[in-house]
Amino acid sequence: MSGKHIAKEQPKSFIFSEINLKKKDEILKKYPEQRKKSAVMPLLYLAQKQNDGWIPLAGIQYIADLLEVPYIKVFEVATFYTMYNLAPVGKYFVQVCTTTPCMIRGSGKIVDMCKKYISEKEGHLSEDKKSSWIEVECLGACVNAPMIQINDDYYEDLDEQSAKKIFQSFNDDSLPSIGSQKGRKGSEPIRDRLTLIKN
Amino acid sequence: MPKVKVDGIEIEVENGTTVLQACEIAGKEIPRFCYHEKLSIAGNCRMCLVEMEKSPKPVASCAMPVAEGQVIYTNTQMVKKAREGVMEFLLINHPLDCPICDQGGECDLQDQSMKFGGGNSRYELNKRSVKEKYMGPLIKTQMNRCIHCTRCIRFSEELAGVPDLGAINRGENMEITTFLEKTINSELSANVIDLCPVGALTSRPYAFEARPWELTKTETIDVMDAVGSNIRVDTKGWEVKRILPRTNEEINEEWISDKTRYACDGLLNNRIDSPFVRKNGKLIECSWDDAFVEISNQINKTVRVGGIIGSTVDLESIYAFKLLINSLAGSNSIDFRQKDFYFNPSHPGNYLFNSSIEGIDHSDLILLIGANPRIEATMVNARIRKNYAQKKLDIFSIGLPEDQTYKINFLGDNLSILRDILNEKNSFFEKLAKARKPMFIIGESVLNSLQGQFVIETSKLILKKYNQLNALNILHQSASSVGAIMIGAYNLIENVVQNEILYLLGADEINIDKKNKFIIYQGSHASKNAKIADVILPGAAFTEKDGLYVNLEGRVQSAYRASYPPGNAKEDWKILRALSETLNKTLKFNTIEELRIKLFESFPSLSKIDELPIIDYSNLDISEKKLDLDSVVHYQYLDYYQSNEIARSSATMMECKIAREKLKKTGTDD
Amino acid sequence: MLKDKDRIFTNLYGDDSFDLNSSIKRGDWKDIKEITNKGKDWIIDQIKKSELRGRGGAGFPTGVKWSFAPKEVKEGRPHYLVINADESEPGTCKDRDIIRYEPQKLIEGCLIASYAVSANTCYVYIRGEYVNEGKILQQAIDQAYEKGYLGKNAAGTGWDLDMYIHFGAGAYICGEETALLESLEGNKGQPRLKPPFPALVGLYGCPTIVNNVETVAVVPTILRRGADWFASFGRPKNRGTKIFCISGNVNNPCNVEEEMSIPLKDLIEKHAGGVTGGWDNLQAVIPGGSSMPLLPKRVCETILMDFDSLIEAKSGLGTAGIVVIDKSQDIVKCISRIARFYKHESCGQCTPCREGSGWMWRMLERIGRGEADIEEIDMLMDVTKQIEGHTICAFGEGSSWPVQGLLRHFRKEMEEKCNA
Repeated sequence: MSGKHIAKEQPKSFIFSEINLKKKDEILKKYPEQRKKSAVMPLLYLAQKQNDGWIPLAGIQYIADLLEVPYIKVFEVATFYTMYNLAPVGKYFVQVCTTTPCMIRGSGKIVDMCKKYISEKEGHLSEDKKSSWIEVECLGACVNAPMIQINDDYYEDLDEQSAKKIFQSFNDDSLPSIGSQKGRKGSEPIRDRLTLIKN
Repeated sequence: MPKVKVDGIEIEVENGTTVLQACEIAGKEIPRFCYHEKLSIAGNCRMCLVEMEKSPKPVASCAMPVAEGQVIYTNTQMVKKAREGVMEFLLINHPLDCPICDQGGECDLQDQSMKFGGGNSRYELNKRSVKEKYMGPLIKTQMNRCIHCTRCIRFSEELAGVPDLGAINRGENMEITTFLEKTINSELSANVIDLCPVGALTSRPYAFEARPWELTKTETIDVMDAVGSNIRVDTKGWEVKRILPRTNEEINEEWISDKTRYACDGLLNNRIDSPFVRKNGKLIECSWDDAFVEISNQINKTVRVGGIIGSTVDLESIYAFKLLINSLAGSNSIDFRQKDFYFNPSHPGNYLFNSSIEGIDHSDLILLIGANPRIEATMVNARIRKNYAQKKLDIFSIGLPEDQTYKINFLGDNLSILRDILNEKNSFFEKLAKARKPMFIIGESVLNSLQGQFVIETSKLILKKYNQLNALNILHQSASSVGAIMIGAYNLIENVVQNEILYLLGADEINIDKKNKFIIYQGSHASKNAKIADVILPGAAFTEKDGLYVNLEGRVQSAYRASYPPGNAKEDWKILRALSETLNKTLKFNTIEELRIKLFESFPSLSKIDELPIIDYSNLDISEKKLDLDSVVHYQYLDYYQSNEIARSSATMMECKIAREKLKKTGTDD
Repeated sequence: MLKDKDRIFTNLYGDDSFDLNSSIKRGDWKDIKEITNKGKDWIIDQIKKSELRGRGGAGFPTGVKWSFAPKEVKEGRPHYLVINADESEPGTCKDRDIIRYEPQKLIEGCLIASYAVSANTCYVYIRGEYVNEGKILQQAIDQAYEKGYLGKNAAGTGWDLDMYIHFGAGAYICGEETALLESLEGNKGQPRLKPPFPALVGLYGCPTIVNNVETVAVVPTILRRGADWFASFGRPKNRGTKIFCISGNVNNPCNVEEEMSIPLKDLIEKHAGGVTGGWDNLQAVIPGGSSMPLLPKRVCETILMDFDSLIEAKSGLGTAGIVVIDKSQDIVKCISRIARFYKHESCGQCTPCREGSGWMWRMLERIGRGEADIEEIDMLMDVTKQIEGHTICAFGEGSSWPVQGLLRHFRKEMEEKCNA
């Protein structure tokens, strides 16, 4: 793999919606006036959200103009961080953690299921264009491995059955509740808990 | 001042010195790729690692400031291993295409690999492949070779002032590019080729032209503008293959403008290699004698001869030309101004760039008056930009020029603002009163006969008030202008062009109303005015003759012959000397040395080569005449890539012009 | 085993609500004014006495770090407190729980720390994937503002503090404090050259203290219960309580707050329900997040989980993310996957890391697939040595140490996979 995939088909222009323009103003308030550039990352997120999960090149130029930053500087940021997508993703964008703690608890099987239920190739839209999946590095939920992120939400403590259920739920938009699929609340031991026991 | 020990040698260095610099002071060579004296410190190549006592890891010497009592080693096993390691990493993904790489022979990676590398290759896996990136007509990219030192990025951001380059993606996928592969929007862009330590960025026009060791190298002076950048001309036989900058800290530092570097293909095209005379309306190739006889016949009919000097003519030729025209016309019927502008020759302080180019580094306030230095004197602008970037220099302007790569505070575009400053009605005077080293930079655009005197004299009145009379700077555009003023090769240009015979010495920018005039064109290129000439005398281009040039600071510099004129073409002074004999007005010199001696006898100050003139400002008169003006600044259009006959004959300059125009239309700035 | 009454994070498992009122009931914000009234010097001194060391991985004494902040705030150079919530070290997921279940501890800690280092602005840099955690933290911050615990004269302390969240966007390197600051300034997360250090030249060129979430979140409790109380846990120089994350091949993977210097075996066997297939099925443990060299079973029998004991074993406590690997795993593959992680996360700035991290991964893959010659094992060791210590930031160590750990303890297994 080399660098970020940039969509060939690009919209000609991009501007923030009314709501997002207000959000932009709120974001800018977080940083000193002379340091508008700090807002590059939050504004890229805003553009990504507005544009169904990916940022068009026109959006990069638009944000650069808003913040009075050279285009290349915003482009650098958009290509450096993995969470910015520069090409379309599915309505359900599945990110499968496959780093060692998840790997040793079976994330390989989750990847296989993505291939089966979403698309054979990583980063490609499913046939119904509804979902896509990629492998990602550690998502920081290691004691709940293996796990995936779908859009903003973590689905943890997966096994083949629960993963299958999730992927099949894309069809009728009936995703299970987020978090552990084995019924734990957080990162407490699933059984034989020894600490923080209420009397 | 801290004392440090380098390989046992104790030295004392200035505060703020880096360990790398200290090592060099101690005579130790430190290999490096990313570090460059003129750029900010990146510290990323890791080639300059040295061992330091009390530090368990080797330190990057380029980024480490010296401190009292440091004990540094550059020759230990730890250092050797570190360098070999970095070298190996740089090479694992660097292609083995040295045989077809234009950097070959002058490649830092090759040289340092020889000296500091491990000497063998252990990497058996596939090498990374990276697509070429378009950066404009000058820079050829071969990004497989890039070692990610980021010198090019830092140069474009910090010195060129056009943050067009960046490194996208990350890790081993990091790639240097412009946004969507646009042309770099700068007249300094090709300096990144020199800065690139490997063959990732090479010269597109020079691609596969020659190997460096095949070239004859001549150190000389550029004539594309009045700056007098120091250059090296590399030739193979007659052909000028390339032009590179030569370091002169007082003028161009180690950079040159793209025109200086790349107009040189214009030296190969469109050349006049034989005399011509017009017979029955057609220019017919002829012998030198035939051409001279034709001129002689005309001069026998009338002595009303006017001489016009072109923008790239050397001092000796101007002088010989002046002597010849004077001897024929009996008067000084000669000028160098191909467009109208006012100057006051009574005192050098009136027409020089008095603060000096290096002086820009120390300036704390600049006022541009109708000046567009980015186009008119690119290297002067690079200095202004440098000071602005490093010390936040305050720059104001009367008239709003195009983007100069720094922030300009616009005072307005009416020249009457000068009077307001003088009368303390414009608050700029407060800035001026506080400035330690202000500069007024006046462009030729506001030096027409209508405005010139007002602008110069009012500026002097203002500056005198603050005891800064030496802060007046005229931004000349042509390499020949200051020399011509100094040796009195001027008259009233309106009068000169009235003459029946016009002798154009390389003067191609002026528009001549031919009518019944007899035109002699002496020059190197078959350009616009050559085409209307009745006699053409083939001259030499600036790379084909020895000659002196006076830059806008009044500094005399020697240019040297790197090549020779094509065909029957000759050096200009030789043509003038030979013609004078035919005309029975034989000039009294036989060699360039004799000519120079005569010149220096008449103008002793010109014999001080490479020195800044020493000027006494106490006797600089200011006109007491009450001056008033209400007139706005109109910038004269100067076509940067097409400003003289060499540039106009250059295919490369035309490509640059087209690329930049395209960028303006579609580009990233609009 | 640490007693529940000595646990700082009493809502670590989210049994109770994260909201402000519940937090106050659990003891947060109690006597905050009295604490700050004792002055900056007292606070810094108490933190030094508690021997609290940074919980982000490097283990630098927190009180000492705070004392690096200039005493006086210069005109135009405000001080900043930046919280490193870019939790990305594989094996680590403790800050996530603090943020979602105990956010008020973090906010209260931020007020105290900001006061101690004279900062009126605090940014929390949270990894971009923690969208929901970030939402909770924002709610918690909003609640604190409403209650007057943030903003002007925060919690009646006389100190003004504004607190903002800044999301990362998927870059492990932003956990390195100077890369984090670059990112916060709107740039690529590429670590800066040091010196100068952030305490003097940090965010926007101003003095900046960067602390990990857990570090700051334990501060209020330390000051409330006393430095001596905190220092009564663990061994000298390795004091206090600590959240351990136990993942991998254990029966009950979990986070747990325990006493520093607790035996690794206790954590695995007692809290995490033991190694899958029993202790004898243990192959190795990564004790402190992916950057720390693994320990073979032999060492795991007795090792104590603290900074110094793990350094002695040529590993490190790091973030205390414990990854347990049983005998069913291909150990070369496990480390190769870590090497791939580092290749993916290298910022690309320095030569050794940019070029070396991919090379290491590719060699490990070859070895894992049985394609390598036996000589490559030595070459791999060489390459790790050429990266280690030669880069701007500690990523060079982070990427080469796990490979060195593998070479140190599992050379035989590697050789068996190679062509002789």
